[in-house]
Amino acid sequence: MANCYSDHPELRFEMNHPLMKRIVELKERDFRDKDTFDYAPLDFEDAMDSYDRVLDIVGEITGTTIADNAEGVDIEGPHHEGDRVRYASGTAENLKAMVGAGMNGMTMPRRYDGLNFPITPYTMCAEIVAAKDAGFGNIWSLQDCIETLYEFGNEDQHSRFIPRICAGETMSMDLTEPDAGSDLQSVMLKATYDEAEGCWRLNGVKRFITNGDADLHLVLARSEEGTTDGRGLSMFIYDKRDGGVNVRRIEHKLGIHGSPTCELVYKNAKAELCGDRKLGLIKYVMALMNGARLGIAAQSVGLSQAAYDEGLAYARDRQQFGKAIITFPAVYDMLALMKAKLDAGRALLYQTSRYVDIYKALDDIARERKLTPEERQEQKKYAKLADSLTPLAKGMNSEYCNQNTYDALQIHGGSGFMMDYPIQRYARDARITNIYEGTTQLQVVAAIRYVTNGSYLAQMREFEAAEVSEAMKPLQARAAKMADLFEEATNYVKEAKDQEFHDICARHLVEMAADVIMLHLIQYNATQAPEMFERSARVYANFAEAEVLKHHAWVMNMTAEQLADYRAE
Amino acid sequence: MSLKIVVLAKQVPDTRNVGKDAMTAEGTVNRAALPAIFNPEDLNALEQALRLKDQHPGSTVTVLTMGLPKAADVLRESLYRGADAGILLTDRALGGADTLATSYALSQAIKKIGMPDIIVGGRQAIDGDTAQVGPQVAQKLGLDQVTYVESVESVVDGKVTLVRRIDGGVEKVEAPLPLLITVTGSAAPCRPCNAKRVMKYKRATAPIERTADMPYADEYDKKPYLTLTQWGAADIDADLQQCGMAGSPTKVKAVQNIVFKAKESKRLTAADAEVESLIKELLESHTIG
Repeated sequence: MANCYSDHPELRFEMNHPLMKRIVELKERDFRDKDTFDYAPLDFEDAMDSYDRVLDIVGEITGTTIADNAEGVDIEGPHHEGDRVRYASGTAENLKAMVGAGMNGMTMPRRYDGLNFPITPYTMCAEIVAAKDAGFGNIWSLQDCIETLYEFGNEDQHSRFIPRICAGETMSMDLTEPDAGSDLQSVMLKATYDEAEGCWRLNGVKRFITNGDADLHLVLARSEEGTTDGRGLSMFIYDKRDGGVNVRRIEHKLGIHGSPTCELVYKNAKAELCGDRKLGLIKYVMALMNGARLGIAAQSVGLSQAAYDEGLAYARDRQQFGKAIITFPAVYDMLALMKAKLDAGRALLYQTSRYVDIYKALDDIARERKLTPEERQEQKKYAKLADSLTPLAKGMNSEYCNQNTYDALQIHGGSGFMMDYPIQRYARDARITNIYEGTTQLQVVAAIRYVTNGSYLAQMREFEAAEVSEAMKPLQARAAKMADLFEEATNYVKEAKDQEFHDICARHLVEMAADVIMLHLIQYNATQAPEMFERSARVYANFAEAEVLKHHAWVMNMTAEQLADYRAE
Repeated sequence: MSLKIVVLAKQVPDTRNVGKDAMTAEGTVNRAALPAIFNPEDLNALEQALRLKDQHPGSTVTVLTMGLPKAADVLRESLYRGADAGILLTDRALGGADTLATSYALSQAIKKIGMPDIIVGGRQAIDGDTAQVGPQVAQKLGLDQVTYVESVESVVDGKVTLVRRIDGGVEKVEAPLPLLITVTGSAAPCRPCNAKRVMKYKRATAPIERTADMPYADEYDKKPYLTLTQWGAADIDADLQQCGMAGSPTKVKAVQNIVFKAKESKRLTAADAEVESLIKELLESHTIG
């Protein structure tokens, strides 16, 4: 029986990272829940054992129910019935299995019926689920909107809403509108305060809303009449039980068919404010998006894994010229690179999730008591690291999963172009990952400040001093030279003091940073588990170095004067 | 009404993916080479029991298994999936039992539990494939039985409505409680393990499984639900003559290892006439049809 967790030992390796010790310590706070909740851990080992067991269940459900339903869901898709959404039958089965297994509200405190899991094992569940059905992954993973309600909602809202999510009700984040996609400052959905009823009312239209018929919605709306920018927007909670929001249509998409993408009409819908007015976009949506970006990075890694598995199986099986095609250098070259991108990208994903875990757990402690100066410093350090790595993890993994599904389809030859093999579905599903929750181009916008402020370079220099195995030392030295090239290109762009020139070079600089950081992370993995990662580390080093040289050449050959050649007429 | 439900479950070697080393040279099952699993149709049975519990609040589902100490695995898994309690029947005196001796021991254990409203078992186990234990337990307890059940539709006024899977279709039957049913593999698959239940019961063990150096030993005093009930032959007042080897009239005379080998082969062309003559030949030899 397929188990999408235990079949890939790389996952368990990532779970057992030494930082987990600190994460569990912060999350469980002296294991204080152990006498109140029969499922709370007694100590660190116990907590880790529980994560492992729960991941194993998710691996099993994914390897059986979700995998078996995936093709049917892709063909059937969700149904638009009246003003509502009915999931594809396989999607409903998947959800029932995951809810029955208690996999909702995973990261929420136990007092609200959650599992109190850190973000890292939750993210790994999201990766596992997405590997077999990325569309279902969205519906299930949108539970992490509850993080935002937990962070910014009040006690009363916590006790009313969080247990419902833990019991399996679904969520959506209603942000985009026909004229507000990447540019959320232009959101126009109107929120007015109803004095008679003592509640807020929402009116307007939202478009491209994933799982738009969810039980609980977080809605970005304009509460400040007369404003036109982000400072006039607030965050609201809409409860489907109150009614007032209808699904006008379900989009017909290239991929992730299981995930209903909806156009919503708000007709005087009753809603309540989440947090403070005017902070909707500038504070809450930013938090929401950071969580969502980590989720899409996980989905991307899942799809990369799925693509690699399909490509590998086909290459072993398919005979041409009297032998399996995997024996041809042109084919195994593609597979080795796919695996290297998968391993390096996954290392980046979980490094990011661990950083997020530490600062969020400290944030949560700060709600109970004052942090010590050391804790405050730790919180700041990891928040900064997490913020710098999140756009890289999302940007790079979503691009890698597109490259990996492309190459895996290529390995299938003509069969890959037929609808008969799952690789076509993975390739279609992958295509959205580098578009939604901020395109790769917008991840560059989020990441470039960490290029210019020296944060990435500082991280590289720190990695250069880390202990690695003898086998990895040459790679570490190469990474140091790559960092020199990155530094040189960065300084060259900064010295030009031209914003447009700076913007056009940004993607190259950000990718260089990501390549070098991932090379360091995979060296760490190969030092700990050489049999699992050494090959990938060497393959990735060759790839990353070629990439860095390419980007370096591009930037160093570029001048502000050449912008005219590039500008659209 | 709330129901007292007992599920019969067995730990079996996973014979579904048999490799080369699945049998020993002596022709017995090489248990070391095959992972021990929850008998698949017993999982279907557990699901039917749990659905009854869902429909009838206050019902209890107790899982009974006989086997080696390791068979406690199926009890833990049952707890993870929603059962209320597990009983491990383990004793050297019960070992080597055929279906007759097994059903005797199980029926004695059920008497000790106290007569349930409904006993649910899988149709058959994948190691023996006899489908005899369920019916024999019913016989020994003097209960009515319905075999090949695919779903339990309802329990109303002491009567159960069931759907049976039969050749070429299904049959709906009604039977009075108390009752024993056996469930087929075509029934609904068992619900997944539940995260909270796994974390709660992961250290549940039968006393025989425990060692002196076990971690978290003091937890067993604090949390009674972590101790699985364990019974031996004496606990169920078993007549030793009817148990284990002594109580098993089945005697294995010899085990023959069958190796499929092509004795003769024929090469055909794709011509219709040749294919037709092959089909005829296979029909005559009853290889197909």
